[in-house]
Parts: sequence; structure tokens; C-alpha cells
Amino acid sequence: MTARPPSYTKFRDVQAELDRSGAAIYRDADGVESLLIRSPYTINYVHSYAEDSPFFLGLAEGRLRGSKCRKPKCGFVYGTPRSHCMVCGAPTEWIDLPPKGRVHSWTTCHFGGEAFLKETPYNLALVEFDGVGSLLLVRLKDCTESEIYVGMPIEARFATNVKYSVTDVWFVPSK
Amino acid sequence: MPARSKPRSQDAKPESNRGRPSRARGRRVYLISGGVTKFAKAHPAMDFRLMVKKAYDYAMKDVPNLTADRIDGTRISYFSDHFARQLKAASMVQDYLGMNPKGSVRLEWGGATGGECVQAAYEAVASGRMDVCLAAGFETMSRVPTWKGNEFIALASDTNFDFPLGGFYTGYYALMVQRHIYEYLRLGKFAGIKDEREAQRKAIAEGGRIMSLVSVKNHRNALHNPYAQYPKRLTVEDVLNSEMISYPLTREQICTMSDGAACVVVCDESHAKEFTDKPVEITGVGCGTDTMRLADRPFGHVPLLPHESAKGYENLPYPGVHSFRAGRTAGIEAYRMAGITKPMEELDFVELHDAYASSEIQTYEDLGLCRYGEGYDFVERGDPFLKGIDYGFPVPHAGRIPVNPSGGLIACGHPVGATGLMQAVFAFWQLQGTIPKHFGDPTLQLEKPRGGAIHSHAGTGSAVTVSILERGFR
Repeated sequence: MTARPPSYTKFRDVQAELDRSGAAIYRDADGVESLLIRSPYTINYVHSYAEDSPFFLGLAEGRLRGSKCRKPKCGFVYGTPRSHCMVCGAPTEWIDLPPKGRVHSWTTCHFGGEAFLKETPYNLALVEFDGVGSLLLVRLKDCTESEIYVGMPIEARFATNVKYSVTDVWFVPSK
Repeated sequence: MPARSKPRSQDAKPESNRGRPSRARGRRVYLISGGVTKFAKAHPAMDFRLMVKKAYDYAMKDVPNLTADRIDGTRISYFSDHFARQLKAASMVQDYLGMNPKGSVRLEWGGATGGECVQAAYEAVASGRMDVCLAAGFETMSRVPTWKGNEFIALASDTNFDFPLGGFYTGYYALMVQRHIYEYLRLGKFAGIKDEREAQRKAIAEGGRIMSLVSVKNHRNALHNPYAQYPKRLTVEDVLNSEMISYPLTREQICTMSDGAACVVVCDESHAKEFTDKPVEITGVGCGTDTMRLADRPFGHVPLLPHESAKGYENLPYPGVHSFRAGRTAGIEAYRMAGITKPMEELDFVELHDAYASSEIQTYEDLGLCRYGEGYDFVERGDPFLKGIDYGFPVPHAGRIPVNPSGGLIACGHPVGATGLMQAVFAFWQLQGTIPKHFGDPTLQLEKPRGGAIHSHAGTGSAVTVSILERGFR
């Protein structure tokens, strides 16, 4: 190893050098030098779904669940479940959501967070269900940007090889 | 034409904010100085401490009578410990500036971090806890690759239900503008088209074209702002033909990640007079919030501004995912405190959080610069454009209420913890009439502006601050 890492005037070249050797010098327009090193950062978190767990366990059984406020006077129905009602504060109970819904809004992502780049392009849709007061965000598959529209009827599909993630459910156009 | 679904109301009645008494307020609070580092893709030769120090030294130089020992304490903001990879980075700023052992608090509120920092300093002075307070913010986003940075930002969405679908904020804003386009263009000027898909395609194309006008405006304004990261002489075609990021948002309609810092000095009336003959008063502060998940946003009624009527809003499910209820709430609070009842007439300019060209249009409506549904026409008429700048297309109403005369986030960059402070600095200079001095170019200086608003906005509108600034001298 040389005592002094290679020097660059472009940040892009510094980044490439860090990927190669782990150390580089950046020289700015005034000739001032800065030493940069590669600094990896990986960690495995314990992610608990906690009170949302029945939703994710439900997906593994092919069930799409929302929640409903237990207070009869309120009774708000949530398309994305929560264990306490946002309107009145009462506890909710688990319900099965209708298997079919409609596109409330949508987009096709041509980029994404680094972990998702390999999946691009993918469609996101907010689903509205009859009789349900809030929406659910999902991936929308088996259709492309030119075919999707607000109001399009769609229905749920479930993974057989479950990952215990919200991606265990997705929607497709209803036939 | 599809029927608009009835609002699934969570709040019983349309809310009127007319005639409510202004809330009790504390001491009068003034901005007396500010500084900004030039925002850049990367500042590899400066860490966050040095960036803040440079902005701070600039601000101190502008008010020579103010010495560091007269500063009672600080409020310091940055958004993400992931980007900094240095917890308690604000403590390192505090000691680098030589502020120990004075009091300090770190502020974080997503994209609205900088706006919250300004308001925290306001509160410190208004309450009488401090006479002179430094508010400083920064972000160093260049230390990770762009798409990892996008992932970090998306960790500010629900990690059970939203993040695992793509980890991508641009996707969330695209979902919001698609519904905005549906509500106001498909069900508006394209209501007559029977074929649903054709009507929606035409509405999206029209929305994309008008968002591009906003992008051209902000990039061309920034040609006269030496602090801006991306001043560009773009055309509408350039914007529309730039890379598609998340349909229908293209690259030039989206702000970028940046390294940068900004600060302002805030003080009470007697100190303001001691340190400057051109103080700017903070006459109103407001903050609103909304659900973290877009999917949970209610379908209720529009909270009205004093100059608005509910007519035409009867069947508008609000906010749904098309508008920012937090922005409307913050505007109502700030206007009420400042005594503003007709924002279009009482404000001379607005610096707002245009992380996306779409959210600039949505925010015109939230802040009552036009009615809900009129944002696209507002752009086409040219109301938010500056007079005397060639945009490459006609802007008949230019100068009515310039929005983002500095170039906004789209052209200046968005180092999150600094952004809201940058807006405060640019608005402060604008009201002082010192843009020519600080920019070295008089083009963006408005003629004797009396009042302006700054607007800072966190992820999908989950938190928004609005502050009203007014010229505090004759």
C-alpha cells in the first residue's frame, strides 16, 4: 500500500477510487486537499410489526385485513389497519377487506431507493374499497403505464413464497 | 364523466376561520442577519461544522455591532443521522462555533426541519427566554450515493406499510399529483371528454406541461442567484424530455440532494435596533401536520381562509391525497397571527418548498394564493413569475405575487436541515432590499416589498411550517 492515496479534482472520481481502494484525496479549486475514506455501514435490525402483526400474518394466509373502530357511534373502517381509531381513539377490531377495489391514484416508478432499483419499473397504486374510509398503498402488477387509470377495477393477489412483508400482497387488473 | 365520490367525512362541518381572535403573542421578534453557503452536489472539502461556520461568519460580518458574547444561545437543525453518520452533530456545530456553554436544542422535522428551526428561535425570543438567538441548519447528503440517499429519505415514510414497496419519495409525490390532476384537470377542463382513459391521458399531459412552466421559472430565476446549485436556462421541452423518474414527474421537476448550511440571527425589538437599521419582523408563525401514510388522509372539508367561501368545495373530498392539509393549517395559523386576511394582496412574495414542481402548484392553493383547483391556471396566467425575466413563454400576470424568486429548492438545492433557513435568509434580504448587495446582481430584488411568507414542508405534507416576515423599518 502506498503511503498517500491518489488525488482527484472531481468528486465522481473520488467516489470511484473509494470503491476501488478505500481511500482518496480530493483537491479543490484552491488546491486544498481533503482525505476521504470508504466507511461501510450494515446492520440487521430487529423489526417488530408489533400491533400491526395480524395484518402481515394474514397476508401469509391469503387474507387482506383492515380494521374497524369498535365504538358503535364511530365505526370508522380503515383500509390500512391501525389498532386504535384515529377519529375517536377507541380500540379497533380486525376485519377482512373486500377482495376487489379501484385505483384511487397511481404512478410508475422508474427509479427507487437503492434496494429497489433492480425491480424498476414498478407501479404503485392507492386502492379504494367500497365501504372503507381510508386507502391502502400497494404494488400494481400485470399492467403498464399506458393501461392504468384512476377508477380502474383491481383485485388482490397473494405470494405463495411469503416474505412477511407488505409486498406479500399486490393487486392486478380485474378481468 | 365519473361521479366524484361523496366525501367520507371525518369532521362534521366545514370549518370557518373568520373572526377568530388572534392568539396571545409574546415579545416582538426580528431577523437581523443571515448567511448561506453555496449549495452544491458535494462539498468534500468542508464538513458540516465548517459549512455552518462559513454561513455564521457571513451573518456576523453583516452586523458588525453584534459580537458572539451577545448571543444567548442557539437552535440547530439537521434532518438525518443517517446522512451525517454522526449522532449529536448539532453539538459539534455548537462547539465549533465557540458557543459552549450556552443553551442549544437540535431540531428535526423531516423536510420542514429548517422551518421548524426558524420558529424555535422565534419562540426562544418571543417567550423572553433569550434576547438574541442564532438559528443554524445544515445537511451533508453527498456522503452516500444518490439512490441510497433516496432510501434514507424514504425511511421517513411508514416502514411497515410504505417503505418496503419502493423506498421512494418521488413515487409518493407522483401519487399525490396524479390525484390532483384527476380532481382538477380531468374533472375540470377535461370533464367533457367521454372516454375515461383518453381524458385522463390528456389531463396528465396538461398537468406535466404546466409543472414544466414552474420548473422553467425557478431554474431561470436562479440564473441571478449566485447561491443556487442548478441555475439553468431551460425550456418547457427540456423539462418534459428529461428522464422520467416517477410518472408523470421528470428529473427537472424534482429538486436534488445537496450539501449546504444556512443561518439567521433572531432577536427582540431593542436588540434589533441596536444591531441593524434594517430589521425584518416575524409577524406570524404557523405549523400544521398530517398522517404519515398517504393512505390515512381523511376525506373531509376544506378549512377555509378568511377570504374564501365554501362555494364550489361542497363535493371536494379534502385533503385526500391531492392537497396538503398541514400546509393549509399552517397558513391559517400564520395569517391569523399576522392579521393577514387577503394573502394575494398583503404578501409581496412567497418562498415555498418546491421539492417537486407539483408541490409548488399544490401549495399555491393551500396558502390561498388561488382557490383549490385553480393552481394550473394560476401558473398559466403567470401570477407567480417575476417581471423582467425572459422565461421563453408569455407570462401576462408576471409580478402579481412572485413565488420562489430565489429559484426555490428545484434550482437552489435542498440540503434538508438548511433549506428552511435558506428561505428565511433569502426572504430577509428581499425585505431588507439587500439582494443586490448579497447576490451581486439586482435582478431578483423586488421593489420595496413589505411582506413575504416562507413555507417549509416535510414528507408528503406530514408537517408544514409557514412564517410571515415583514419589513421592520421605514
